[in-house]
Amino acid sequence: MKRSVFRNRALPYLLLLPQLAVTVVFFFWPAWESLRLSFFRTSAFGDRVTFVGLDNFTKLLRDPDYYQSVLNSFVFAFGVTGIGVGAGLLVAALATQKIRGLAVYRTAVLWPYGIAAPIAGIIFLFMFHPSYGVLPYWLAFVSAYEFNWLLKGWVAMALVIVATAWTHVGYNIAFFVAGLLAIPESVLEAASVDGAGSLRRFALIVFPLLAPITFYLVVVNLIFSFFGSFGMIHAVTQGGPGGATEIMVFKVYKDGFIGLNMGSSAAQSVMLMIVVIGLTALQFRFVERRITY
Amino acid sequence: MRQTTKSRIARAAALLLAAVLLVPAPALAKTEIHFWHAMGGQLGETVGELVRQFNASQSEYEVKALNKGTYPEVLTAAIAAYRQKNPPHIVQFFDVGTQTMLMSGAIHPVFQLLKEQEVAVNWGDFIKPVVAYYSKDGNLYSMPFNSSSPILYYNKEAFKKAGLDPAKPPATWKDVGEYSKKLLAAGGVKCGFTTSWPSWTMLENTFPWHDQPFATNQNGYTGLDTKLLINGEFGLKHIGQLAAWQKDNVYSYGGRQGQPDPKFINGDCAMLIQSSAVIGGFKKSVKFDWGTGQLPHWGAPYKKQNTIVGGGTLWVMKGVKVADYKGVAQFLKFIAEPHQQMWWSVTTGYVPITQTAIKNLETGYHFKKNPEQWTALSQLSGTPTANSRGHRLGNMAQVRDAIEPELEQIFAGKKTAKEGLDAAVAKGNEILKEFAAANKP
Repeated sequence: MKRSVFRNRALPYLLLLPQLAVTVVFFFWPAWESLRLSFFRTSAFGDRVTFVGLDNFTKLLRDPDYYQSVLNSFVFAFGVTGIGVGAGLLVAALATQKIRGLAVYRTAVLWPYGIAAPIAGIIFLFMFHPSYGVLPYWLAFVSAYEFNWLLKGWVAMALVIVATAWTHVGYNIAFFVAGLLAIPESVLEAASVDGAGSLRRFALIVFPLLAPITFYLVVVNLIFSFFGSFGMIHAVTQGGPGGATEIMVFKVYKDGFIGLNMGSSAAQSVMLMIVVIGLTALQFRFVERRITY
Repeated sequence: MRQTTKSRIARAAALLLAAVLLVPAPALAKTEIHFWHAMGGQLGETVGELVRQFNASQSEYEVKALNKGTYPEVLTAAIAAYRQKNPPHIVQFFDVGTQTMLMSGAIHPVFQLLKEQEVAVNWGDFIKPVVAYYSKDGNLYSMPFNSSSPILYYNKEAFKKAGLDPAKPPATWKDVGEYSKKLLAAGGVKCGFTTSWPSWTMLENTFPWHDQPFATNQNGYTGLDTKLLINGEFGLKHIGQLAAWQKDNVYSYGGRQGQPDPKFINGDCAMLIQSSAVIGGFKKSVKFDWGTGQLPHWGAPYKKQNTIVGGGTLWVMKGVKVADYKGVAQFLKFIAEPHQQMWWSVTTGYVPITQTAIKNLETGYHFKKNPEQWTALSQLSGTPTANSRGHRLGNMAQVRDAIEPELEQIFAGKKTAKEGLDAAVAKGNEILKEFAAANKP
């Protein structure tokens, strides 16, 4: 790697300062506050604060609902990542074919990423709501199947997974398109000359060459699903039915802001932080080693 | 081309400058009273109009009303502002937050404020279920503002089609079941009835309506070590029946809050149990002929008591300039006056909560012309018992959030009524215990 050398010793720090300030104020400080709060029991308006040690954590670990939310988070995160990255790769492969109006398609496939999660949630509600959605209305004409995710937990989960993956797929496509365009034409041509079909070329050349990007996207999508998916859940299911789509980040909000139980909410966000840090570390430890950049 | 752009910019800048200069400077003598509320849409406009009327009625104070989102969002914002020592003067919060506010140490009780400011409001004029809900030791702690209660809405056209009398809504749950079966048999509807705000309509109100205790300590009024009682015989009977009805479409669960409303509006379900607060909205959006009836009752051996008020009240915050309280008191007095009470109720569909307003509306044949506005009021008459005063449970919003998923499990057939309600009670009790511990006096 190329090393930059600064003559002035203060300059590099000065240049880093804005980013450091943002990181400290918006990441480290709130994280520290959460950690601190998680050891206290606080009344709603913060006038009575009692130190309770690890009480908030032990209560969580004894609560079956909490395990349910952890499980939900993993199902949700892997679902969103699987569908989002998979569909992203597929669409990106299509968007790098030589077809008419390519620029239009390439632009259009990025659009969902520009839609705020709550708006996307409302769009999905209008399409899929059992009471006023378009799809259940049409479905009623052709089948007796009742598309009622207000009572069927797994349908609700599938719905929020697909909706979230849809909002995020544009981001994945953008990276995959860039990655696909960077693969040298000559390598692929050489493979065709050797008699490799398009599937073989993809499996043996394209996919390995895309690996760094795929890895990056998997990490980013997982983190996004754990942290950034609140808007969708809030807009569509509010964690229901029966807690089936209550993921960790939504429970943090629900217990903290609706339930006004700041201690437990803080403890949950600390746990969430640990889970995501752990997950990311694991990926770097085991998956990244097999990737050549 | 470039020239025109430039001149356009110049013109825009000039206009902007003029606009800034032309905004009338606020009269310096006026003291601002900040009022955060949760009323959106048409309700928000009505609040705005009420505030305009007050501001025009005197020259000393200027009330600034601000919609801060939903009730929990208003509270979150108020808590943050209070902690930064810059709270609004008045905060609107919902019924189930009463205990949280009472124990918060952040509020200035309304009765005390009015006494200090020597502003006389005739509380005796307010109807009893409303005053009882928000009083502690006989003193009113927050100002009743928007009040509603759950009632039955029914589709008169569907009733006619099924050979039912469109002037007669079902009075008992038995009727609800029978009518629903007839409605389903006649075709045209997919479900008999649905329920909005499931915990509020089917438990929190259905219990007091039958004079059954919802929780120990007189529903939490007499102590903090409160436990839920919804898994008793009555709760099992009622929720068990709903679960059975869910199977044959007599009942159709439609989600939480107001989510089930469309099932009624689009004609799928012939009946809906929902707050009286949606009357105004339904008048605009429901295309068919509809009517209202009282919340259904199980009949004997249960006594018919009263439902409880839902909606919001106005809390006066501590931590503002003491001198401003005079203006706050005047604003509250203004709202309590019969004229404003009547206007508010007629415009929004919330129930009128003073005897004078009710009498005046009766004299003007308002209820004859708008019978649906009488329904909720008819459920609120009489003197509440220990079971029907209201609910004073800590973190009640969270308790509700513990109950509703269990109801969903029951209606989905994953749990029996007993399993679900037992689990709801266990979770609810944990939350109540936590609140009691956090608010130890």
